[in-house]
Amino acid sequence: MSALNIKQGSTSHSAYELRDPHAETVETHTLAVMVDNEAGVLARVIGLFSGRGYNIDSLTVAEVDHKGHRSRITVVTRGTPGVIEQIKAQLGRLVPVHEVHDLTVEGPAVERELALFKVAGTGEKRVEALRLADIFRANVVDSTLESFVFEITGTVEKIDAFADLMRPLGLIDVARTGVAALARGI
Amino acid sequence: MQQQMTGARMVVQALKDQGVEVVFGYPGGAVLPIYDEIFQQNDIRHILVRHEQGAVHMAEGYARSTGKPGVVLVTSGPGATNAVTGLTDALMDSIPLVVLTGQVPTFMIGTDGFQEADTVGITRPCTKHNWLVKDTDRLAETLHQAFHIAKAGRPGPVLIDIPKDVQFATGTYAGPKQARLSHYQPQVKGDIDAITRLVELIEQAERPVFYTGGGVINSGPGASQLLCELADATGFPVTSTLMGLGAYPASGKGWLGMLGMHGLYEANLAMHGCDLMINLGARFDDRITGRIADFSPRSIKAHVDIDPSSINKVVRVDLPIVGDIGHVLEDLLKVWKARGRKVNREGLAKWWSQIEQWKLKNCLAYKGSTTTIKPQYALERLEALTSGHDRYVTTEVGQHQMWAAQFLRFEAPNRWMTSGGLGTMGYGLPASIGVQIAHPEALVINVAGEASWLMNMQEMGTAIQFRAPVKQFILNNERLGMVRQWQQLLHGGRYSQSWSESLPDFVKLAEAFGCKGIRCSDPALLDDAIAEMLDHDGPVIFDCLVEKHENCYPMIPSGKAHNDMLMGDAGVEGAIQAGGAVLV
Ligand SMILES: Cc1ncc(C[n+]2csc(CCOP(=O)(O)OP(=O)(O)O)c2C)c(N)n1
Ligand SMILES: [Mg+2]
Repeated sequence: MSALNIKQGSTSHSAYELRDPHAETVETHTLAVMVDNEAGVLARVIGLFSGRGYNIDSLTVAEVDHKGHRSRITVVTRGTPGVIEQIKAQLGRLVPVHEVHDLTVEGPAVERELALFKVAGTGEKRVEALRLADIFRANVVDSTLESFVFEITGTVEKIDAFADLMRPLGLIDVARTGVAALARGI
Repeated sequence: MQQQMTGARMVVQALKDQGVEVVFGYPGGAVLPIYDEIFQQNDIRHILVRHEQGAVHMAEGYARSTGKPGVVLVTSGPGATNAVTGLTDALMDSIPLVVLTGQVPTFMIGTDGFQEADTVGITRPCTKHNWLVKDTDRLAETLHQAFHIAKAGRPGPVLIDIPKDVQFATGTYAGPKQARLSHYQPQVKGDIDAITRLVELIEQAERPVFYTGGGVINSGPGASQLLCELADATGFPVTSTLMGLGAYPASGKGWLGMLGMHGLYEANLAMHGCDLMINLGARFDDRITGRIADFSPRSIKAHVDIDPSSINKVVRVDLPIVGDIGHVLEDLLKVWKARGRKVNREGLAKWWSQIEQWKLKNCLAYKGSTTTIKPQYALERLEALTSGHDRYVTTEVGQHQMWAAQFLRFEAPNRWMTSGGLGTMGYGLPASIGVQIAHPEALVINVAGEASWLMNMQEMGTAIQFRAPVKQFILNNERLGMVRQWQQLLHGGRYSQSWSESLPDFVKLAEAFGCKGIRCSDPALLDDAIAEMLDHDGPVIFDCLVEKHENCYPMIPSGKAHNDMLMGDAGVEGAIQAGGAVLV
């Protein structure tokens, strides 16, 4: 028996394959990555995900500090806790990356996505679409006699729900921005 | 110092200001302005290679043997794409390189111009970082940043792509001191609480082992010294990965030899049976761990690494410490000494007697022969006849590489250059030239397999042109030996395409290149032949004809655990099961 005073059992399984899909549950995390806004930085981040076999559910990027040449990349990704840790460590060692924040674990955060939905239809369906849009606080940003374009902002779940409702009412086109997220408070 | 000059001159000026003495390169249309500048100065020596892959491996050999970044200059398109294997090799083994590529002029980028390739796109995944410089005013700063990033933290290759018009245009040059400091400043000091926790574990451990890797060598000679001090003062055993050989001396009392797939029995069993594993700058590579589920099942694992992404990547550890090995070892020693230099003497004594038992297995034993040269024998003789020299060894990839790691003994860091992570056949010959350029007076030997050696043999021309007296010690089994071994063990002895037919006559080849060739096939004549190689003042191609079907043991077959090793005398046919066969 070892004389090491580490709790019994705490190390007997210390070596295991982190990627074993059965070992741990898959979680969804939203990461905010602050990067230098330089050529190729997005390719670097995307290449990291594809090269190492990580998932991207959603990705947004835009310059947020023009003077400081800083962009913010928001990635929604999935993986076991071990894989999520790896993703953060791998992102963190890219040279143009300044900070990596895991908004899912670092405290409460707000997440929003903007989407545009084109719904075509006439008669009852058209009226119903407009009524539901109102309930979802979606704005009409374009209309013809046979179609609307709705603009909706909200959580991913809200936008998914709105899409489900619009589908039988003549949904013909969707554009979504991907998630933008910020930690709450200061 | 701020001066107006052309981009091409800036390149040379920046290299000088960074203390660069040698550049390995090959010219072409897109780098002619830089070559023109090289022509007009004498501070930087240019080594003209025969293939750009050779240039990168030479720079790797130079870097690995000096601790300084290696510098490469190649042209656009094919020059850059030929460098890709070397870049990937350097990335995997954490070798600092600064590679400069020419590019078509900025106004032609994207037009499929002659010798245009998307170099930064192609090399993004095989460099630590890369840049396309579109403005001469940004060039100097980028060059200085490149050196910083290649060296800082976990070292690696970086690449700067320089369009031809940027080389011709005039801009403002600023020296390294004026360059904007990069925010890239990896943490070197380890967390002192974690270090203290590790000291507590060291004080109590009954069956400890140091598992050391290339990170110790990258941390500098000081780290190797601290490792020796710590290992010797605690009396803990030390094993090392292929990349870490030499950090702890082979003559040290704690030395167990290399671990891993072809590691020593005692080293692998110590890893399997330890209760405290202290990983210093190694990365739990699959060649090391074998089957993860059975990897050192009862140990507490501490891992010191400068790269946070190495921690918990493959094996979850109990005590991670992010930091530079040298800094962490220094603090560790301080704390351990301050707390009274305690170790578990009783436990250690039992542990060592167990290890001595394992050593009795004599796992490197092989069947000798008086008629054919056994590759192991050739290396034993090479070791005996060269260990007194100021010696550097490079290798190619294959059985000979593993035998070299097993049979040659390294007493100091930076003396052993091999392609570990990528396993690049064709690495050793150019790497040996790079080492020799850095250490003109030293004995530099490339332990090679005939097949690997042919992959970059054109570089013999470079060796001769630049009077690099490298010794090419080819263990010629007329086989892709390592492939053949796997086919014997895994594929029913069906030796598909692993036989090197139509090999050149290496002695005549040496003559054709203009160097000395030696052939030896008789064990009785081997010592004299090696002596002749060592005595010759110039490059030598030594064709050592060895046993063709020798296997390299011990061997942990893929998918097996550390305590499941194949030994030389075992009946080995069919020893690897279907599950293991899918692994590489
Ligand atoms: C560039 C490259 N291609 C293929 C391989 C796969 N490979 C590994 S070892 C080996 C055979 C090497 O033969 P040789 O150089 O004669 O060495 P030996 O094993 O016979 O000592 C091959 C083909 C490799 N490692 N690198
Ligand atoms: Mg061979």
